[in-house]
Parts: sequence; C-alpha cells; structure tokens
Amino acid sequence: MILEAKNISFSYGKKEVLKGVDFYLKDGDILSLLGKNGCGKTTLLKILLGICKSSGEIKLYGKDLKSYSRKDIAKLIAYIPQVHKIPFDYTVFDVVLMGRLPHIGLFSKYSQEDKDIALNSLKRVGMESFTQKIYSKISGGERQLVFIARAIAQDAKIIFMDEPINGLDYGNQIKFLKLLKDFQKEGYTFLKTTHYPDHALYASNRITMIKDGSIFKDGLLEELNEKSIEALYGVDVEIIQKNGYKFCIPTF
Amino acid sequence: MYKIKIILLLVALFVVINASLFIGKYPISLHQYWLLFQNTFSATPVDFDQYETIRNIIKEIRLPRIVLALLIGASLAVAGSAFQAIFVNPLVSPGVLGVLSGASFGAALGILLGVSWFWINIFTFTFGFIAVSIALVISLIYAKRSDSMIMLVLGGIISSSLFGALLSIVKYTADPDDKLPAITYWLMGSLSYGDFNMIGWVATPMILGILGIISLSKYLNALSMGDEEAKALGVNIVAIKLSIIFLATLISALSVVMAGIIGWVGLIIPHITRMIFGAENTKVVFASALIGALFLLSVDSMARVLFSFEVPIGILTALIGIPIFIIALHNANRSIR
Repeated sequence: MILEAKNISFSYGKKEVLKGVDFYLKDGDILSLLGKNGCGKTTLLKILLGICKSSGEIKLYGKDLKSYSRKDIAKLIAYIPQVHKIPFDYTVFDVVLMGRLPHIGLFSKYSQEDKDIALNSLKRVGMESFTQKIYSKISGGERQLVFIARAIAQDAKIIFMDEPINGLDYGNQIKFLKLLKDFQKEGYTFLKTTHYPDHALYASNRITMIKDGSIFKDGLLEELNEKSIEALYGVDVEIIQKNGYKFCIPTF
Repeated sequence: MYKIKIILLLVALFVVINASLFIGKYPISLHQYWLLFQNTFSATPVDFDQYETIRNIIKEIRLPRIVLALLIGASLAVAGSAFQAIFVNPLVSPGVLGVLSGASFGAALGILLGVSWFWINIFTFTFGFIAVSIALVISLIYAKRSDSMIMLVLGGIISSSLFGALLSIVKYTADPDDKLPAITYWLMGSLSYGDFNMIGWVATPMILGILGIISLSKYLNALSMGDEEAKALGVNIVAIKLSIIFLATLISALSVVMAGIIGWVGLIIPHITRMIFGAENTKVVFASALIGALFLLSVDSMARVLFSFEVPIGILTALIGIPIFIIALHNANRSIR
C-alpha cells in the first residue's frame, strides 16, 4: 500500500462533497476514478496530493502526508492537471524542465543534468522533436504527452491525472492509454479520473466509483459491470468481451 | 544564442551610457571626453581647457542621473516581469497592488505638510508598503472563498483607488500657487533629483531587491501555471509569492522615492524581453533588468536633449511606451487565444 486514505471528508462551504471516503493505491496500480460530474473526483485527487485540505487521515508510504514538505511530496507524486491555457509562450522544454524544480535548492539553478533529464523524458514519450515548440500552440494530445514527460522528469513514481483523455482525438486516446500500460510495466503507478468506462476497462487494473460523496464501488475491474454503471450514471449498458478486452456499449 | 543576446545588450548599454555621459546641454567635444576618460583611470591627470567644469558636469550631474536611470529602469522591469508571471497575466504592471498610488500619496502628503526631503522620502516609501499591505489583507479576507489571485488583483484595485482618492484630497487642499505645482511636477516623474548621496542610500536595497527576484525567478514558470500546479511541483507558493511581492514592492517604492512616477516601463519591458528571449522566466527576469535599464536611460537621454526644455520622464515613457504596448498587446492577444 503506497497511499492510504481513511475517512476523508470535504465540503465547499455548506456543500458536502466527500463524506468519509476510504481510498488506497497499491504499487503498480492503474486506478480509474469514476463518477458523475461534480461528484468530487478532482477534489479527492487534490486532497490525496495534499494541495487541498480535508479531514481524515492520509498516509503516503506509511507516513502521515502532513509530515511531508511540499517538495518531498512532489518527488513522490506528479500531478497532471486538466488541459488549461496559459498566457505565456513557454517552449515544451521549459514546461518539462519545471519537473526538475523539486530537485533543486532554493537559490540554485537547473544544472546540465536537469536539462539532460528533461530532454530524455521527452524522448521517452516520443516528443523530442517538439522540444523547442511553443507549448500553448501544440494540440491537446501533445500537451498530455508533454505533461507525462514532465512527470517522468519529476522522478515521481506515482502519477495523478485529471481526465487525461479529455479533448484528445480517438487515435491519441488509444495511444495514450497504451503508453500508461507501458509505463506501468516500468514501475509507475497511476491514479486517473475518467468519464469513460471503456477507458477504465482497457487500461486499468482497479476502479473506484464515487457516488453522492461516498465510495460506491472499489475493487478490481469486475466491479465495473452493467449493474454498477447503471447505478452510477443511470443508463443501461451492456459489457461485451472480445479478444480478451471488455467494452461497454449503451443499450437504447 | 542567449549568451550572444546578453552580450549584445551589454554592449548596447555600454554605448548608451557613454553617449549619455557625452551628450547634453553643455557641449563637450569627443576629444575632451576622451581626455577625461583617460584621466579617470590614470594616476597623473592631464589638465586641459575647462577640465574642472567638464569633470563636474559629467561626474556630479550626468553620472548620478545615469546610475539612477539604470537602477530604476531595471527595478521596474524586473518587478513587472515577476508580477506578470505570478498573476498569470501579461497585462499587469508593478503598480497592480497599489504601491505606486500609495507612494504618490505619501510623497504628496509630505510636500503638503512641508517636511524635509528626507521625511518626504520616508513618507513615500512607507505609504507604498501600506498600500500593498492593504491589498494583501483584503485578498486574505476572501482567499478561502475564491481564486486568490483574482482577489489579490481586486485588493490592489481597491487599494489603488483609495490612495488615488486620498491623493486628490491632498491636491485639493494644497496651495495652488506653490505646493500643488510641486506635487504635480513631482508626480510626472524626473530623474533630475538624483545625487550620489541619495543614490548611496537606495542603490544597495534596490540592487539586492533586483538580485533577490532574479534568484527566485526559476519559480515563476511554475507559478504562472496556476497555484495548484505550482504546489504540485513542490513550490511553497505562499512563501515564494510573498517574497516576490515584498521585493517588488521594495524596489518599486524606492523608484518612486528617487524619481516619482515613471509609468509603462514595468508593463512594456517584460513584453519586449519575451519577444527577444522567449517566455522562460529565468531568462526574462534577468534580461528585462538589462532592457529596462537600457530603455529608461535611452528615454531619459532623449528627455534631456531633444527639446529646449526638459520633458518629464513619466510623460516620455508613456508616449514612447504606448505604441510599443499596442504591438505587444497584439502579440499577447494572440497567445491568450
């Protein structure tokens, strides 16, 4: 158990978002967090990352999350936010180099080694030809790859992703999910929120469903079935299996 | 490429500094200038025609003014670059948290009360900090409920407006024959008050403030991605932002103490710098110090020699800054889209 949270509660003002949620992440997991819009998926991600305060207890590698400094957390967990726009024309390389920030001192500069690591990380995701391109002008799929490269440069083995598939075209979605599986084999652990049961079925080994602020289902992929999807989203679906993969198709 | 551009900038600075020492209302020949230059570095100075006068003009009048232009240009540009990154907004300037309004009010109050220059400077500096503190306190009240940077900008708007109103009260009550013109001229900005005694007091904190922001500049890229992402990258955002705000307020307030309100430098120089150096902030902050210094010194040299009377520097930076800003806005608009 690399990350374990017990009895997490959180409210925005009077609105209770999470009510006593228990959550855990095991080494090598690709965990998909599912739930309706506004159910608190992103909030849970931020709480587990320590950037959002909540009640309850969180342990990262067996130690209380509160006992870690921000820098120490950043060395263990990388965060890939939802695609957003920035008003500055950073190069792809500048963005990836940010991943080295937790590894350098308050007054020190990025070393040549940091720059090499950033460049190698871009190579790992096949984006080395994008090094000098302007980050704000590349496509959504390319940005996600850049963020993965930044997470690799950050040298954190746990990667949190907030709806990483959003805005990607079909080809990039599949490539992206495949990339996650490749990195899983190299010892990375992923926690991602998603809106698509299909993606969860394809690229994760565990799922956690949040409903009305509580954990509704938590476990292996078998938990993601016709019944649970219907209960979660209120739509009828059928799960079919082919070539060892499961798909979720709606029944109208 | 980066190093070559920096070297070119340093060469440009060297040229403009020398040109600025050389040109002015009092004509100095190239030969005289060269002799003086040699004398400065030789143990046995040669005496030449009008040596004393020329030496005094250059060393006591032009040189302090040049040093001041360099310091203030660099300060405002660095403060502007840092603020644009932490506010994630390329359209903010060093005055966004109210430091310039507060300092203006402080100076005007000092002039109205008729206290000595020393106390006017203290008033200017202190009210610059008070205005920023008010903006920070307002933003802290609402920080939990809303986006903290938007609240900070709103706090700055409130604080600026407050001190703007207070400044109007001071102007309204000031003697229109004597003190009102003094306040008005002072607010237009001028680098002519500089002497080495005064510069000696402010140069050290200004240089330290600039160096401080430069040394923190590596955090600016992460901060400009938004608070949550910066935190996730291990940045202690409260400590870093407060340090940058403190240092930027320090150098901006000192620039007002030394020369009144000089607008536009802190807004346009970061844009020009990004056009030349790209957006990466460790480069932008450092290079904007050089470009800001170069810009203000060039404009001030124009202010001294272009017309038969001296144009207040604040007016000239605005007149030159506006067309540049329109071009910069075009670019900023493109990248926001």
